[in-house]
Amino acid sequence: MATTTLVTGARASRSTITLKLLMAASGLVFILYVLAHMYGNLKAFAGHDAYNEYAHHLRTLGEPMLPYEGFLWIMRAVLIVALVVHVYAAVRLGHRAIHARSQRYVVKKNLASSFSSRWMRWGGVAILLFVIWHLINFTIGKVNVAGGETNDPYNLLVDTFDTWWMTVIYLLAMFALALHLHHGTWSAAQTLGLTNNARARRNAKALGWILAVVIAGGFSLVPIFVLAGVISK
Amino acid sequence: MKVTLKIWRQPDAASQGAMHTYELDGVSEDMSFLEMLDVLNEDLVARGEDPVAFDSDCREGICGMCGLMINGQAHGPEVTTTCQLHMRSFKDGDEIVIEPWRADAFPVVKDLVVDRGAFDRIIQAGGYISVNTGSAPEAHSVPVPRDDAVRAFNVATCIGCGACVAACPNGSASLFMGAKVTHLGELPQGQPERDSRVVGMVAQHDAEGFGGCTNIGECTAACPKEIPLDVISRLNWDLHAALRHGH
Amino acid sequence: MTDMPDTTLTGDPSHDAPAEHGDDAVGYYTPGDPISDTKSPEGPISERWQTRKFEARLVNPANRRKLDIIIVGTGLAGGSAAATLGEAGYNVKSFCYQDSPRRAHSIAAQGGINAAKNYKEDGDSVHRLFYDTVKGGDYRSRESNVYRLAEVSTNIIDQCVAQGVPFAREYGGLLDNRSFGGVQVSRTFYARGQTGQQLLIGAYQAMERQVAAGTVEQFTRHEMLELIVVDGKARGIVARDLVTGEIQTHLADAVVLASGGYGNVFYLSTNAMGSNVTASWRAHRKGAYMANPCYTQIHPTCIPVTGSHQSKLTLMSESLRNDGRIWVPKSKADCDKDPRQIPEADRDYYLERIYPSFGNLVPRDIASRAAKNVCDEGRGVGPEVDGVRRGVYLDFGAAIERLGRDAVEEKYGNLFDMYARITGENPYETPMRIYPAVHYVMGGLWVDYDLQSSIPGLFVTGEANFSDHGANRLGASALMQGLADGYFVLPHTIRDYLVDGPFEKIDESHPAVVEARRSVQSRVDHLLSTNGTRSVDSYHRELGNIMWEYCGMERSEDGLRKAIDLIRTLRDDFWRNVKVLGTAESLNQSLEKAGRVADFLELGELMCIDALNRRESCGGHFRAESQTEDGEALRHDDQFAYVAAWEFGSDPDSGGMGLPVLHKEDLVYTAIEMKQRSYK
Ligand SMILES: Cc1cc2nc3c(=O)[nH]c(=O)nc-3n(C[C@H](O)[C@H](O)[C@H](O)COP(=O)(O)OP(=O)(O)OC[C@H]3O[C@@H](n4cnc5c(N)ncnc54)[C@H](O)[C@@H]3O)c2cc1C
Ligand code: HEM
Ligand code: HEM
Ligand code: SF4
Ligand code: F3S
Ligand code: FES
Repeated sequence: MATTTLVTGARASRSTITLKLLMAASGLVFILYVLAHMYGNLKAFAGHDAYNEYAHHLRTLGEPMLPYEGFLWIMRAVLIVALVVHVYAAVRLGHRAIHARSQRYVVKKNLASSFSSRWMRWGGVAILLFVIWHLINFTIGKVNVAGGETNDPYNLLVDTFDTWWMTVIYLLAMFALALHLHHGTWSAAQTLGLTNNARARRNAKALGWILAVVIAGGFSLVPIFVLAGVISK
Repeated sequence: MKVTLKIWRQPDAASQGAMHTYELDGVSEDMSFLEMLDVLNEDLVARGEDPVAFDSDCREGICGMCGLMINGQAHGPEVTTTCQLHMRSFKDGDEIVIEPWRADAFPVVKDLVVDRGAFDRIIQAGGYISVNTGSAPEAHSVPVPRDDAVRAFNVATCIGCGACVAACPNGSASLFMGAKVTHLGELPQGQPERDSRVVGMVAQHDAEGFGGCTNIGECTAACPKEIPLDVISRLNWDLHAALRHGH
Repeated sequence: MTDMPDTTLTGDPSHDAPAEHGDDAVGYYTPGDPISDTKSPEGPISERWQTRKFEARLVNPANRRKLDIIIVGTGLAGGSAAATLGEAGYNVKSFCYQDSPRRAHSIAAQGGINAAKNYKEDGDSVHRLFYDTVKGGDYRSRESNVYRLAEVSTNIIDQCVAQGVPFAREYGGLLDNRSFGGVQVSRTFYARGQTGQQLLIGAYQAMERQVAAGTVEQFTRHEMLELIVVDGKARGIVARDLVTGEIQTHLADAVVLASGGYGNVFYLSTNAMGSNVTASWRAHRKGAYMANPCYTQIHPTCIPVTGSHQSKLTLMSESLRNDGRIWVPKSKADCDKDPRQIPEADRDYYLERIYPSFGNLVPRDIASRAAKNVCDEGRGVGPEVDGVRRGVYLDFGAAIERLGRDAVEEKYGNLFDMYARITGENPYETPMRIYPAVHYVMGGLWVDYDLQSSIPGLFVTGEANFSDHGANRLGASALMQGLADGYFVLPHTIRDYLVDGPFEKIDESHPAVVEARRSVQSRVDHLLSTNGTRSVDSYHRELGNIMWEYCGMERSEDGLRKAIDLIRTLRDDFWRNVKVLGTAESLNQSLEKAGRVADFLELGELMCIDALNRRESCGGHFRAESQTEDGEALRHDDQFAYVAAWEFGSDPDSGGMGLPVLHKEDLVYTAIEMKQRSYK
């Protein structure tokens, strides 16, 4: 694909780095969201009423300035935009990467790259699939795999994770999320140009670990404790 | 010692290539890797077979002309250039797989020789400071803090070998570009063109068909000059600045 | 001319050429008319360059676009010239055989670049740099050229700093200097051990900027194989596209050769694998004089040869001699012992013994010769290669004891690492082994003050010309010369020639072009069709051995005569028996090498004849017959204060090399007095 001519009228906004910038920005939105969501989920430990109260509170947040579910819709809009941007950029970059090396090596070793960094694209797809199911499960479809009621958020949650294979799916998804966050956090810092020296680089990598463990770990608590019977109806 | 070599042979850019196997005996551990290939080539010539084409010039690790993928590692198992790799890094009976740099922006010319002209064009697109000969001010009129000078020097040691591209799973030349952007961007002399430089270079990089960087870090591990990942952060930072400045 | 290239021997020593006093080369050449440089203005030396710049006529900027200049070479000399001439608005075509201009061998220079900035206020000046360079060159260089070099040296630093060359700096932010090569002032600018790299990248970037601007067109992986001369003027080149094998004609109003040095005639040298004499030699065959070809610089601190597979030698910075002590065992019997087991009393610190005042810091040529002598005596160390141990110890044991390992590591760590990587030995524990290696050639195509060769329109810059270093080059002066030529000298002098252009248009059908292309084609065809039994490398290696043995550090009448015979026989055999596989229409590295070796085989003979003619010892040229009682070099200014400019003696009858014609340019010193060197 090598060209032999010089580009004229170069624009910064057309570059791969701009795509990466979009990816980092949308990724950061996701990070903030999952952090908050994870924290919210932990309300499950406070019991049926507290959790449902919280779910209700989310919908009335900002009233009367915002209509009912107003905050939620703003948040959803932001998330949807971020998702479109994130996936668009991921597809564009993935496509470029495939065409940047159409003839593969017979032998190729990886020396410095983390497992997580090499799984970003598949991990992203896994997370996307998970989110689709997750929304069907809890938000859009409200599917209760145990066959119970669906309009009580707390009970839906407990029923779901009382089903062992649902817990397994969720835990696998959390593993994918952990990987994505581990590399994604450092990667976003690098993409934003914040890691201009060895120390900043170490910090960004440490932050990646912390977020991966805290977020994926935090999320995992609820399913595990439901399955273990600590959280129950 | 004796080694088994699996080498990519490809008569020219248009032809299909394939791996060929050669046995080579009597290899001394004092030989450099390329001297080992010289010996193989002498053998091949004696047998009337076309010798293996590979690039090298200075053979002391500075010109950046050499570069082979050896057992899946750019420049082989040590942090150095292919020409400075010695056979004592291998042992008797080893099988050694040798491939050219793989990137669509570096088309294969023949066997293990690739065309890295894309790097020249990236430099043409802005990797310089515009100062006509004779118009320079007295050298001491612009002091440069020592740390900046050292940092500029450290990244200016890039030899343009292309190992970063060869090692990067995305086939990205970000480390190479970042090294140049950082070298010139660290110095006061490089400031006036900082925006246009990064925008031009990145646009050329993209047009050449290199991949985007996803901060994987294989490049820096393969780099014989140990150019650090900082330079990619710096490259990104400079591009955002250029975006903000409306480029 | 037949298609059978140039093998016939015509230089029969029994020819009755007129004898000259003390001339051993009688019969190997034809004496020619004396020549002189007519371009350097008269008058005080410090005003000559100003005068010349003023007198050189100007080319109207609007006309520059119509003038084409070919530059062969993209090292410091060629890259800087391409950038500068491109900026000026000429149409430049730049050629190099590597895949990028940035790979030219200038990149390998480690030590630094001299300039008379006098930033240290230590008494440096243009005049002192001039003086040191002439003296260092053992009074065999042209003084006007050297003075100009010293004069423009300061501009080089300004230019490079503005381009972003990251020279070493002090804490205050100003440029640092060090002293280098035995001079008493600190005038060497450096970028750690990679000065050549940084300077070259500066020139390369400046040139790439012009490529983007459209004034310079760059031809990489193109090798110049012939010069096109029309009506006595250089008008273009024939080049081979090394990828497609296409033979191309490139025409221009002037041609600049900046193709570097030919040290690879010795096979093993510190030069790059592709460094060659082809561009210069082809021009020489078309009428450009070759000056002082025998002046070769041999660097004392290189890593020794380990075996016959060796392809090149690696230089280690001379700075190692500041703290390392050089020795060999006193007795041959100890040579294969572990050096750590050899007691102090059994070691011969021969440099300290013979040169008590300079010790290990004697100049390059002296240190090199002394090492060769002890090895020839059989006291060399390290592995035997072809039955001789060629190596001496460079021992940091004492320095590590005195300064501590950390301090030594701080100063020389990267050199030690390089040594360890190449040899597999740990230099902190066992002494390093070093041996001299060919490093640089002072000889090259003859040029006048304008850097124009004896062919009008052919200019020669950098290591390819002979002009500034006399019989020996000072450390850190080659980089200075390359950049001086390319940035500041050539752009001024070439305009005086180009102002008469654009010259009459010629095209591919011109007989001179047809002939040049035909000769390239027939050489290529001949090489590919010989289908002999020996590889190109084997010839190159054998030539290198002959040159090293007889035209290396020490040369003698008998040895040189023998070498000439050997080279002639080898050349003859080469054309009959070389084996080059593959085709002409693709990348063919054996074919490239074969062409280069063919030219080395002719150059080697001329070097020996030149060395034979110069029965004196000066700088890098040491004639066994001309030494003082205690074995020091002895110059003969009364007989040899001239530049030997050799004209190619073609022999139409045999179609081959005839007797070369010697034109002498007398060296006249007005600003300096000649003295004998002494380092005792
Ligand atoms: C290891 C080493 C260390 C050195 N250290 C120092 C130092 O510290 N200080 C110092 O002052 N000097 C040093 N020197 C010497 C100095 O580096 C060289 O003399 C100088 O750089 C030569 O520059 P150049 O531009 O003339 O030629 P080069 O840089 O050799 O360039 C030659 C160019 O010509 C091209 N070329 C050659 N033949 C052809 C052809 N037939 N067709 C097309 N293109 C051709 C090549 O592609 C290349 O671009 C060192 C030399 C070596 C080898
Ligand atoms: C919806 C499906 C998703 C896909 C297909 C996807 C894919 C990707 C890909 C390919 C990358 C680039 C890899 C890299 O930079 O190393 C990436 C980066 C990133 N992703 Fe995702 N991702 C998805 C969802 C998410 C989610 C849910 C989050 C947050 C919880 C997230 C956070 C990030 C972050 C922070 C980055 C780093 C951005 C950067 O490199 O600058 N992603 N994603
Ligand atoms: C074990 C982990 C998780 C649990 C128990 C969980 C639980 C829930 C529940 C109960 C809801 C419904 C909330 C409501 O509508 O009131 C919800 C919504 C949602 N969750 Fe999760 N979640 C988990 C992990 C994740 C992860 C990892 C993501 C993203 C990567 C995610 C994204 C979402 C989204 C986008 C919604 C919809 C919000 C809305 O628009 O209403 N969840 N989650
Ligand atoms: S950054 Fe390193 S690997 Fe990449 S071209 Fe430069 S020296 Fe080679
Ligand atoms: S390996 Fe590739 S993805 Fe970026 S960090 Fe290096 S260029
Ligand atoms: S050949 Fe020059 S770096 Fe390897």
